[in-house]
Amino acid sequence: MSHHLILRVVAKFLIPLILVYGLYVHFHGEVSPGGGFQAGVLVASAFILHALIFGLNKTRPIARPGVLKAIAAGGVLLYGGTGVAGMLFGGEFLHYGVLAADPVKGQHLGIILIELGVLFTVASVMLLIFYAFAGRQKPEAQ
Amino acid sequence: MDSLIDVVLFAFLIVVALAVARGRDLFAGAMLFGMFSLLSAGLFLIMDAADVAFTEAAVGAGVSTVLLVAALSLIGTEERARRRSNFLPLAIVVVTGASLIWGTFDLPPFGDPANPPNHHVVPRYLEKSGEEIGIPNVVASVLASYRGFDTFGEVVVIFAAGVGVMLLLGGRKRHRQRKERGL
Repeated sequence: MSHHLILRVVAKFLIPLILVYGLYVHFHGEVSPGGGFQAGVLVASAFILHALIFGLNKTRPIARPGVLKAIAAGGVLLYGGTGVAGMLFGGEFLHYGVLAADPVKGQHLGIILIELGVLFTVASVMLLIFYAFAGRQKPEAQ
Repeated sequence: MDSLIDVVLFAFLIVVALAVARGRDLFAGAMLFGMFSLLSAGLFLIMDAADVAFTEAAVGAGVSTVLLVAALSLIGTEERARRRSNFLPLAIVVVTGASLIWGTFDLPPFGDPANPPNHHVVPRYLEKSGEEIGIPNVVASVLASYRGFDTFGEVVVIFAAGVGVMLLLGGRKRHRQRKERGL
């Protein structure tokens, strides 16, 4: 769809806004509705919009599938690692209270870390699934 | 006022569902599914479930519509004409729907503070979340901390879904290249 001037201009204007809104939803999640999951979907949708307008071949070099796979696995690892860190500090699995001297501070730290893990995994998996669907050629074309 | 919005949203929901069932154009069907999700998100918002509504709008109306359209670009947008009669599917749908509606009679009344879920762990979360977790959004503190293990499971499920899709659809290109090289 890259020959549509209006779509191109509007997309260029919208993509940074969507990304900023995704980050807002992520970091404001402890006050307002939202969190890592919703933010991950929003961030992925910004890249999907880029791919729809400018073509998959332009998006792939920006968000490379290999890097995305590493981020997806890293998000799960970050979440699980935060849980294991709670065990190493003498609590139960996913007990964040022991991560800092003050239990409430520890809870904040743990929630920030696991929400980051959710954000990483959701955003990159959504984008990878889109790549898998959109990157396949039609059966006739093979 | 709320009940009027409920009625309007449900009426639109039924119209959209009928349009999906009757239509032959799969592209229009995908778009209508997006509308269905957006209307559901509106209903969730009316029920004060803002987090659920947000997720439904982002995933149901946004990403899954894009994925449906991407799938349509592979399979074509016209539904194949069916030859068999519709009687058996209709009977199954009617029986299932009737039993589901019958099941709703056993549900506790909506929004009643005396409902069992409002007495189990919810009061403790609401009372202690402020001093234990210290963040204003109790939904976030339940999802991320009290029920952190469940959320961990969800993240692993999403990761597994991504791995599954990539195993099924991702490795195509390399396979073809190998074939071209005669391997």
